[in-house]
Order: sequence, then C-alpha cells, then structure tokens
Amino acid sequence: MTGNRVLLVSAMLTLAAGTFVFRLVGPLLRSRVEFPPLARRLLESAAVVLLTALVATTALTQGHDFAGYARPAGVAVGGLLAWRKAPILVVVIAAAATTALLRLAP
Amino acid sequence: MTDMRSAWRTLDSDLLRSIALICGSVAMVGVSYGASAVAAGFPLWLPVLTGALVLAGSSEFLFVGITAAGGNPFAAVAAGLLVNARHVPYGLALPEVIEPGWRRLLGTHLMNDETVVLALSQPDLVRKRAAYRLCGLGILIAWPLGAFLGSLGGTQVRDTGAFGLDATFPAVILALILPALRERVTREAALVGAAIALVASVYLPAGLPELLALSGLLIRFVRA
Repeated sequence: MTGNRVLLVSAMLTLAAGTFVFRLVGPLLRSRVEFPPLARRLLESAAVVLLTALVATTALTQGHDFAGYARPAGVAVGGLLAWRKAPILVVVIAAAATTALLRLAP
Repeated sequence: MTDMRSAWRTLDSDLLRSIALICGSVAMVGVSYGASAVAAGFPLWLPVLTGALVLAGSSEFLFVGITAAGGNPFAAVAAGLLVNARHVPYGLALPEVIEPGWRRLLGTHLMNDETVVLALSQPDLVRKRAAYRLCGLGILIAWPLGAFLGSLGGTQVRDTGAFGLDATFPAVILALILPALRERVTREAALVGAAIALVASVYLPAGLPELLALSGLLIRFVRA
C-alpha cells in the first residue's frame, strides 16, 4: 500500500479537482451566457428530474441489481408520510424503521 | 445575510430540523464509509481527507471500493467523476444560490444532492441561499467527521443496512422534492426520467442512469 500511496493520493486529488470543476461549470456558464426563458425552465426542471431519478435508483437498486423489498418499502412509507405533510423527522424515522423491521422478518 | 445568525433567523424551525437531520444521517453514513475504507486497508486519514476534499459520498464509496478491490486508481477516478457529473446540471439549475465574491469558491464546493434539494424546496432566494449554506457547511463537517469516527471504530459499524439507514437518503430527497412534483409538466418529466434511469441502471455504470433520466425532459415537447 505504501508504494502506491502517491498514486492513490494523486488519484483522489484528481477526483476532488474534477468534481470541483463540475460544480463550477453551471454557475460560471449561467453568469456568462443569457439563456432564453424556455431553456431556463428546462434547466430548473432538470434538477428535479435528476433528483427524482436519484430517489428511484437509490431506493430500488444496489449496483446493477434490485435492492430487495425492505428499502423501497421504507422509502414508500416515508414518501407517503411526507405527502401527508408529516414532519421530516417522522418521515426519516418511519423510513428507516420500516426498512430495518422488514429486514428482521425472515 | 452577512453572518450565521441571520441565517438562523431566516430559516424556520422545521427547516433547521431538516438540516440537522440531514447532517446527522450524512454523519452516520460517513461512519460506515470510514469504517469500510479502513477495513479495506486504507490509512485512517484517507477517507477523512477524501471526504473533505471530494465531498460527494457516493463517488467516494465507489472510488474507495474500486481501488480497494485492486482496480486502477484512475479508473476509480473516472467512475467517481461519472457519478459526480450531475453537479453540472445542478449548477445550471440553481446558479443563484452560489453567493458572489469570496464566498463563491466555498459555495461551489458545498454543492451536493442535499444542498440542492433543500435550496429547491425554499420559496425565495434569501431562504434558498441560507438553507444551502447552512446545510452545506453542516455536511462539510458531518461527512469527514463521520468518516473519522468510523475509521476509529473499525469494523463493528460497517453495516448500515441493519438500521435501515440506506432508506433515509432517498426518503429525505423524496420528501423535499414532492412540492416541486406538484407541477404537472415537471412531474411527467421526472417520472419518465426515473423509469429510464431504473432500466438503464441494470446495464450502465453508476451515475449514467441519472444523467439519462434528463431525456425525460423531452416529454414536454412530445405532448406540445
């Protein structure tokens, strides 16, 4: 591991720098280019579309496989409570507890 | 808006609780991240330093996982960057939450799934910025701190599955994104995008399915 340490740290720093550039691109581009109204609306929806897809993939998948029923069931319970305007603390505890309990079941 | 106290006054207590909760979950996932990194043979400082500098959890899990399995570190970088490419559309969607001037660099670094979804959930720019900054700073502390505690704790706390912790991230994002999904055009695009991402996740490497979900935006033109 020691011999590879320089390689490992430079790889990590590359990941950090690349990620920072990704974070920088959007605001930099928006401050330099004036987008038409339709494009602006699409860009705003884009964040919602991305986050929804992230909910779907993190709730349902693990790698390339199905994550099992416990996790999506917990997320669904949390989502239902959020929809009924439950406080976020209740949403999170219910989601985690549902998933944990379903995993205890044989 | 010049200091943290005004941020506290701007944000209502429900939002402050959300931020505390998000930081708490991030710290707990950080514990499992630090523990699994050290268990894989990495030195204690690596997950902590990576946590502070990369500050994007899923790409770090991937990076550590691939290098620990003996993969080429730069292949691990490529995989991590693919996951983090979604920060480009995040920044395009919410450029105004990054404050100008000297805060810009820090504000840029604080961009992640949680800060973006919190900013989206706020009604006006002042609250968007305050939520983004407070949550971002909280995560900047909670994530490396969790990783540090996890690396100390060793192998006992690696399994977050037993506590259902893996359900908390999607549940929090879902709860915060629900109001934005009330708008029909956005909701249709999001549902189509999520379906595309799920199918794509069977075949494609992490990060790419979510980016492909953006094609769901085209549904607006199909119907028009």
